[in-house]
Amino acid sequence: MTVTDETTEAALQERFDATLADGRKIEPRDWMPEPYRQTMIRQIAQHAHSEVIGQQPEGNWITRAPTLARKAVLVAKVQDEAGHGLYLYSACETLGISRDELNRRLHEGRQKYSSIFNYPTLTWADVGAIGWLVDGAAITNQVMLTRTSYGPYARAMIRICKEESFHQRQGFEIMHTLATGTDEQRAMAQDALDRWWWPSISMFGPPDAESVHTEQSVAWGIKLETNDQLRQKFVDQTVPQADYLGLRIPDPDLRWNEERGHYDFGAIDWDDFWKVVRGDGPCNRERLEHKRATWEAGAWVREAALAHAAKKSGRDTTTEEAR
Amino acid sequence: MRASEQGWPLWEVFVRADRGLNHVHAGSVHAVDAETALQAARDVYTRRAEGVSIWVVRSTEIVASDPDRRDDWFGDLKPYRHPTFYEIPDAIGHM
Repeated sequence: MTVTDETTEAALQERFDATLADGRKIEPRDWMPEPYRQTMIRQIAQHAHSEVIGQQPEGNWITRAPTLARKAVLVAKVQDEAGHGLYLYSACETLGISRDELNRRLHEGRQKYSSIFNYPTLTWADVGAIGWLVDGAAITNQVMLTRTSYGPYARAMIRICKEESFHQRQGFEIMHTLATGTDEQRAMAQDALDRWWWPSISMFGPPDAESVHTEQSVAWGIKLETNDQLRQKFVDQTVPQADYLGLRIPDPDLRWNEERGHYDFGAIDWDDFWKVVRGDGPCNRERLEHKRATWEAGAWVREAALAHAAKKSGRDTTTEEAR
Repeated sequence: MRASEQGWPLWEVFVRADRGLNHVHAGSVHAVDAETALQAARDVYTRRAEGVSIWVVRSTEIVASDPDRRDDWFGDLKPYRHPTFYEIPDAIGHM
């Protein structure tokens, strides 16, 4: 590297730092440090993969939704998850990585998706619990990310947050219906809360002291709040909702702390969390195998579309004038 | 490389929210041709009737100014082009 290059690099870094310090966004064509680019790719890809894999646990209930209305809502929600994945892949590609490469990394297990989707959806109440708790936790994180430092990611988040509100509310409504129903329905709702509570509050990631990415991500303006701050926020807003439903959160240490103005809660089983992250959760293999299988099964569609386009090329395929 | 991995071309999507408003960039989609790009853009970016019109443009067709030369392009501020540059006596009222 020549002296000129080093000077240029230092000047570019200085401008990058100044942009962040001013609270302005980094845009695709801006110079950015390579570790920032790689962190952004890793995070947005993981987020996109989560949306796509997240269709599986809920999709499991589409054919067995209790009413036609519930089924229509669930289909719309699962379709949103697919859409959210696509917004995020689109944002990720602005960092110079291809869609095919992102798919490949997911299929080869080189990029992750949220561990929450490695738990099974055993009853209809799980669809409610996912909307209420899992989407609720995701919103807490995503509202913060609407102000994240990478422009395309922040804009995708604004679009996603608008749509997520429907997801959480429909989930809460399912829980409310069950919680005010028969004894059997109430028990079903309680069982779903019992199974989804701890995985949901684990979604925010390891405690700040042990999080390898948090400090750098905060410095880069990617994260504006830490894992523990977001987790506390989610617990604080969810406990009164559970009380309203008359359901019991499965944590004997949960209680209001007048002094802190927050709920105290029990210790999370991080060994279980890491076990699932590493691939040994109840559904890890099933989720990835299903994703790979649908990718393979869809290859002929992608090939046929390309062949059709090649055959048609030469003809003007635009149907309407841009006006 | 498999035939399906040639990669579908990338299209930038612009959505007009309502008559009288500009088309605004929403994101991008992959599609083999203009017609399917429009259909994909409708499904991905307007599930809640967010628009009355969609444009799709091949990403490679977009020519952009160099953000690193922003000052050359936009640095000439000329504050006297803004009405607030001129002081109007209170007695005159809103102008």
